Amino acid sequence: MVIGSMIESIKNFFSFTAERVSEMGNAIQKPEGEIKLEVKDLNFYYGEFRALKNINLKIPTKKITALIGPSGCGKTTLLRCFNRMHDLYPGSRYEGDIIFHPEGINIANPKIDVLDLRRRIGMVFQRPNPFPKSIFENVAYGLRVNGVRDKKLIQEKVEWALRASALWDEVKDRLNANAYSLSGGQQQRLCIARAIAIEPDVLLFDEPTSALDPISTSKIEELIMKLKDRLTIIIVTHNMQQAARVSDWTGFMYLGELIEFANTQKIFTVPSQKLTEDYITGRFG
Amino acid sequence: MKRKNTSRPDILFPIIGALAFLIVLSFLFTLIINLFIDGLEKIKDPSFYVSFPSRFPDQAGILSGWVGTLLVMAGAIFWSLLIGIPAGIYLEEYATKRGIIGKIETIIELNINNLAAVPAIIYGLLALGIFVYRFKFGESILTAGLTLSILMLPVIVVNTREAIRRIPRDIREGAYAVGATKWDTVRDHILPYSLGGILTGLIIAASRAIGETAPLITIGALTFIAFLPPSPFTSDFPFISVDKIWEVFMSPFTVLPIQIFNWVSRPQAAFQVNAAAAGFILLILTVLMNAIAYYFRQKVRRKYIW
Repeated sequence: MVIGSMIESIKNFFSFTAERVSEMGNAIQKPEGEIKLEVKDLNFYYGEFRALKNINLKIPTKKITALIGPSGCGKTTLLRCFNRMHDLYPGSRYEGDIIFHPEGINIANPKIDVLDLRRRIGMVFQRPNPFPKSIFENVAYGLRVNGVRDKKLIQEKVEWALRASALWDEVKDRLNANAYSLSGGQQQRLCIARAIAIEPDVLLFDEPTSALDPISTSKIEELIMKLKDRLTIIIVTHNMQQAARVSDWTGFMYLGELIEFANTQKIFTVPSQKLTEDYITGRFG
Repeated sequence: MKRKNTSRPDILFPIIGALAFLIVLSFLFTLIINLFIDGLEKIKDPSFYVSFPSRFPDQAGILSGWVGTLLVMAGAIFWSLLIGIPAGIYLEEYATKRGIIGKIETIIELNINNLAAVPAIIYGLLALGIFVYRFKFGESILTAGLTLSILMLPVIVVNTREAIRRIPRDIREGAYAVGATKWDTVRDHILPYSLGGILTGLIIAASRAIGETAPLITIGALTFIAFLPPSPFTSDFPFISVDKIWEVFMSPFTVLPIQIFNWVSRPQAAFQVNAAAAGFILLILTVLMNAIAYYFRQKVRRKYIW
């Protein structure tokens, strides 16, 4: 009994401090300008496990927002909330709101049209995951499942997407070759082409370069920075230099909480939180 | 202390393994060669393949046997794929495993493997009760195909599921991430990529079913058939008659294993030659079927390697 209540009070103490941290005004900053996605008091559960705790965050339009933090901090979980990828697996539950501007669609609402949401919020995964089909078909797939039948239009869009992902010159002579004949970096750019072919508003990157060599990585990073003119980008990364190089805003997450969210330059030079500072200086992680 | 590069088990185990393997193989080869030598007289006689069974061993042939086997197997493969593939896809992709339906799904899942172990004769009794008496399909090719398809079904379902499970999660997510529906994903990815594994299951299942005798005797396959099912083809457009196809399905039949069984149980030595020859042909048919399925499987597999 006594021990039980002690554990309870310790738990309360910790959750109290956790709430205090996320309530601290200057830790979570509000980006200026237009907001694309607005996360409000988001809690996310895998079954009983609370993977995200009271996340509050505003993602600026046509900027690159990076999410960093040690393994298991919930950054990928948060990213996969935006296109409701968690729906594919049973036992996930959302509490709170994720507002998709300008329409004000609440992504956390189970009743919204998920297919339309995923068309508007695309995703690029950790490992290149092209379909074992031709290069052309990979890019055309998103168009096809979204009801585009016009062959000429599909061809135009495929070429446009391949050009926009800096792959066209390398593959224009072998569009019918299997996507698996490409190198890892090319495959990842193909996946980006597949994602942008349907012209989404937001593109989510889940550690897009963690399986690639440095040259491919820099090509992908260049590409991401170029894509910023067209769409809003959120990138999860393990690599702090990458976050510093490509992003405009950075969120640092730890144990399911958003510890700090600020301008990238600020977070990497004068972080307001001790935890953030410890992480980016490599004291843990 | 100096250690030798190879220990005694390292030498002994491969020898034991190779011996065991050789013993099994030599049994099989002895059997095939034996059948071939015993039946050679009939195997090289072309009239053996185009004659009906007869009281006279020298006139008897396996025409009704091999035609019956091919028709019944075609039916069995058709039905088992028709039911087995969707069942496997449902259990892997759609089953939620929650609530009352989830409980039923779990029970089905646990019992699919048990089904594969049920003795064939039990399926024969089941088919006799359902297809012959309840649905009144009679002792027909249709009934036989359905019976064998039940026998093949568990193997097909299990292999379909395993093939689907081998498809990386990333591929599914890649499809969903561009706004594909579940059906889009199944049609464009799950089904084509798992086809190789499904064909493997089909090979295993069909090889077992082609030699089955007990369930077919149970549903009333005849041992002596002196006619073929009517040809469904006609001389005028559209050159194929639906009524005639139905007649084919409903005609009585025999299959090679039953024919062999029938000949072996005859006292005359000449019938033993027929039995050996028919046994050899059955083996060839099995190998041929496997070869075809293997060819298609390799073709599919080469396309999808992760």
